[in-house]
Amino acid sequence: MRRLMGVLRTPLGLTATVLSLGVLVLAVVAPILWTDDAEAVDTSNILAPPSSEHWAGTDNLGRDILYRTLVATRLSVELALAATLIAVTVGLLLGTAAFVLGRRPGRLVGAGINIAVAFPGILLALFFAVIFGVGATGAVLAIGLAGAPAFGRLTQTLVASVAARDYVAAASVAGVGRLRSLFRHVLPNISEPLVVNATISAGGALLAFAGLSFLGLGVQQPQYDWGRLLFDGISSLYVNPWAALAPGIAVIIAGLAFNLFGESVAKAFGVGVVGGIPELPSVAAHLDDVAPVEDAGHAPEDVVLDVRDLRVTFPGPNGPIRPVRGVSFAVRRGEAIGVVGESGSGKSLTALAISRLVDDSGRVEADRLELLGSDLRAADTKAQRQLLGTSLAMVFQDPMTSFNPTQRMGGQLAESARHHQGLSRKDALARAVDRLRAVRISDPETRAHQYPHEFSGGMRQRAMIGMGLMGSPALIVADEPTTALDVTVQQQVLDLLADIRAADDVALLLISHDVSVVGEVCDRVLVMYAGRIVEDLPAAGLESAARHPYTRALVAAVPDMATDIDQPLAVIPGRPVDPSDVPAGCAYAARCPLASARCRAEDPPLVTEPDGSRVACWHAGEPIAIEIRDRELDHELEEVEAS
Amino acid sequence: MSELRFEDVTVRYGHYTAVDQVSLTVPAGQIVGLVGESGSGKSTLARAAVGLVPLDAGRILLDGEPVPTRGRRRPLQMVFQDPYSSLDPRMTIGESISEAMAPGGSRAERRAEVGRLLELVHLDPARAGARPSELSGGQRQRVALARALGGRPSVVVADEITSALDVSIQGAVLNLVRELQRELGLSMLFISHNLAVVRYVATHVAVMHQGRIVEQGPTAQVLAEPDHDYTRALLAAVPGKRSL
Amino acid sequence: MSLASSVAPAPRVGVLSHPWVRFGVRRLGRLLVSLWVLVTASFLMIHLIPGDAVRAALGPTAPPELVASTRADMGLDDPLLVQYLHYLQNLLHGDLGTSLISRLPVSDIIAQRLPATLELAVLGFLLAVAIAVPVGVTMGVLTRRGHGRRTELAFTTTSVVVGIIPDFLVAVGLVYVFGVSLGWLPVAGNDTASAYVMPVVALAIGPAAILARILRVEMVAVLGADFVRTARAKRIPNRSVYLRHALPNALTATLTLGGLILSALVAGTVLVENVFAWPGLGSTIVSSILNKDYQVVQAIVIVYGVGVLVINTLVDVALALLDPRSMIKEG
Repeated sequence: MRRLMGVLRTPLGLTATVLSLGVLVLAVVAPILWTDDAEAVDTSNILAPPSSEHWAGTDNLGRDILYRTLVATRLSVELALAATLIAVTVGLLLGTAAFVLGRRPGRLVGAGINIAVAFPGILLALFFAVIFGVGATGAVLAIGLAGAPAFGRLTQTLVASVAARDYVAAASVAGVGRLRSLFRHVLPNISEPLVVNATISAGGALLAFAGLSFLGLGVQQPQYDWGRLLFDGISSLYVNPWAALAPGIAVIIAGLAFNLFGESVAKAFGVGVVGGIPELPSVAAHLDDVAPVEDAGHAPEDVVLDVRDLRVTFPGPNGPIRPVRGVSFAVRRGEAIGVVGESGSGKSLTALAISRLVDDSGRVEADRLELLGSDLRAADTKAQRQLLGTSLAMVFQDPMTSFNPTQRMGGQLAESARHHQGLSRKDALARAVDRLRAVRISDPETRAHQYPHEFSGGMRQRAMIGMGLMGSPALIVADEPTTALDVTVQQQVLDLLADIRAADDVALLLISHDVSVVGEVCDRVLVMYAGRIVEDLPAAGLESAARHPYTRALVAAVPDMATDIDQPLAVIPGRPVDPSDVPAGCAYAARCPLASARCRAEDPPLVTEPDGSRVACWHAGEPIAIEIRDRELDHELEEVEAS
Repeated sequence: MSELRFEDVTVRYGHYTAVDQVSLTVPAGQIVGLVGESGSGKSTLARAAVGLVPLDAGRILLDGEPVPTRGRRRPLQMVFQDPYSSLDPRMTIGESISEAMAPGGSRAERRAEVGRLLELVHLDPARAGARPSELSGGQRQRVALARALGGRPSVVVADEITSALDVSIQGAVLNLVRELQRELGLSMLFISHNLAVVRYVATHVAVMHQGRIVEQGPTAQVLAEPDHDYTRALLAAVPGKRSL
Repeated sequence: MSLASSVAPAPRVGVLSHPWVRFGVRRLGRLLVSLWVLVTASFLMIHLIPGDAVRAALGPTAPPELVASTRADMGLDDPLLVQYLHYLQNLLHGDLGTSLISRLPVSDIIAQRLPATLELAVLGFLLAVAIAVPVGVTMGVLTRRGHGRRTELAFTTTSVVVGIIPDFLVAVGLVYVFGVSLGWLPVAGNDTASAYVMPVVALAIGPAAILARILRVEMVAVLGADFVRTARAKRIPNRSVYLRHALPNALTATLTLGGLILSALVAGTVLVENVFAWPGLGSTIVSSILNKDYQVVQAIVIVYGVGVLVINTLVDVALALLDPRSMIKEG
């Protein structure tokens, strides 16, 4: 109900609602009020132009066009609704048949719908109009049946998407029958798009009906709907154009009203309609621009990447959201740094920000952001593109979606060499083949001519690394490069990265949610929580020397091949922080067994220890009692979690 | 306590053989871990067990009888991978659990049973009226467990039930699985791609590769002295093995 | 689709295992099945008409002998299956029967009327694409994530409204403004080049708006895709990112959704021709329905249906050329 009110809040939604209601009211009221006026024949005043007496003039029997147009509302709307009812009913039966009948008969129905849908509605309507004969009844059946395949297809698609969800499978496992499952699980979850699209279909049916009547195949005299009035009026376009324009405008207004009402409701309910109308978001207040503080002194020679106080901000519905809240670190030549954290910790966004790939809605600020000594905060110049294009290699999480599916692999690798190294097409392709070989792809000449879908997941990820090696990278940024891969393939990719690093002294920034992966590959680990680094320590010290309670819990919560199977696993109660709602004080306090009043009030700074490691915690390194939680405690924790 | 036995089970999708003559026994009151990579056929085997996928050959037996896949009595229940997709967003969690329970009983009895099941998975019975959208991923997965238990199953199939969860929540669900198995004496087929997780919960392990079971045996034995090359490759690939 | 693949299974040996060959075989199978459905449906159409179609066509005053002899001429007294086989046989020989009213061979009528409709449809098709592609791409780039909210709202609202207004009402509006009020353009016939302007515009404008809207949405979606991020990570010029990486992918998605719009455009000629008294198939089918000249109606339904199927096939081939994956998904 509240969402329905949301429809009224947008100007377009309000207009559409008012117009739709107006049309419906007119459909009820107009014939009662004006039938006599509409049918009064005045042979002395035929085809008169608009006058104060007849606002839209008269027709060839001297009848008032405006009254006739108003009275025709009822028949036009009634016929459209009747046709929609037929289309929706038949469409629902067709669309749910596959779910109810099972695989084989369902496929047959689906094939039938597919063939029928290929033929445009107007053609189907003409076909049925021949069978059912010229006239209102025939036209209702014709338009209804012509609309059924499209509605059937929509229903079928929606049903299929819900039927694939696990809760339908779960119901089936629990012994719930297909028909019962259809009514309990499937239809309720697709009712909103169905209703919305039925409303839009009603608009479509109204327009289609006008079309059929306009061709003389729909409503026949002495009955009249808008299409019929248009049919009668078009012949007198030169004498009294309003005889055609008035019903034409009525059709457009009513058709638009139903359509736009449907689209607005769809918008409010978050239902997808292809190319539906976007809603203007409230413009978020901008954060004050923080002038970059110029830091004296430059980084040592061997620093590849230097990041100081990096912040990323996005506009949100309730003010700006800052998922990265001041991150500082440096990467030296040949060093491997791991960044770990849970989803929402800001680790991936940090990777995108340092490679200047945050999309335009986000704002990246930093006190320093330097790659090989050149400032990445500066404007986007050719020189900077050259530097980023050749010295920084990116490896993304999902190798399945990270290549352009419409281009051959060789060309995709060669592209950057052609731009940045000025190589000819042939030379660039030769280098691409060479790089594919370097990342251990067998028969690279053939592979370069293939499309991404012909590569396996692991091969694609290696090709992605190869793409980064087209230049001479000083830094590889790998964002969850193995998450989407199987374990055995994962190892190949990690080994490949390690070999490249060793061979060319390339630095690696490896982002992962998996502590064990990072611990194995990296020299140093940055632990992120709620957009900040909470601990920075040598990878070798993860198991033994971690001082932040979050790092310690993260290590203990993940079982490895040495975990004591007689003890329960450590758990971290509660859930990760939502970047749009970061609490005051230490963001981890709500989940932390060591949290004190100070933690909830004051955010601990990231302090550098004498050994070079860093930690942000008021209680760093304090012992944590191993607890085996009982039910009572669990309930309490649930409440924390729920709140 | 019941024993679940797969005998020469084969499942094909068109020309593709997803599960190839698999024989596997889940002994009464034990957890058997099934490991393998994506596409190895482990999820297909799970779906076949509960009747979501038809068999092309072989049998699946529960205490020597064919598993019933029609009607309301379903002694074999399943927990799915993605807790965001396995609960109907329109239903309260109480309704979802109640749907899986045997029909009959008064309204109050059913409500009490839902409460008992929620307690069992460490959720507050007062939250039976909550919708899935109000719950975290870990809580949803507990509801999914409670729903599976609602059918009073003798065997539960758990298909990658922790892989969609954040690492900090995984541990709690794994603890719960072990506790429930012990308290209720369930037999369980626990499917995962993560050897460390399987090692933690399962007494027996079976390794699946390209639709076939290539090795099975007591967990400690298989992990310590793997027989098959593929098992060795899997073990070698486990990250963090340095800590062994 | 699945029906077609079961009709024409593609063995996995030799040349037949080549993806293009398998795609061709499957697509051809689907085309043939659709054609068969079309032809059979149009055959059944006459037989589904309640009462005697010949009596209806010749009118209540026609002598019973004439009706009887016409029925015999048309073979309507034979068993249904025999009629069906005859019908298929005649179709294969290009014999579409004889008009009940004018007594002319239907194939002559089609041959005479088809060119005008083809001209209209092809020009409308080209105009719609010529408008939709540049507009859709430009709007997509201008309104990509985090950009041009107001532009997006204005464009989408306009294109929704324009897309909804049916072609025949656009036609009436154009006639009123440019024909009646301003007198710039002829309102009927196809004798001069200027006579083409209004029918083609009326036919193309709605589909162009819908296609541009879909293309914009797809363009925005593609610009947010992982592989566009990969392309940006190569630091190639933005122009290359938009035209080389985003556009082909946005076009495939647009064609998948918009293919039906293009075939609907062909059918739209029926209404537009009636507004402009265009001497094509569209005006003929309507007068034939009103005159109950069923042989002609049947033939024109087949011609339109074939046109639609040809367009659908062309769209699928274009998709396969743009995106090699669609060959596999196909069928």
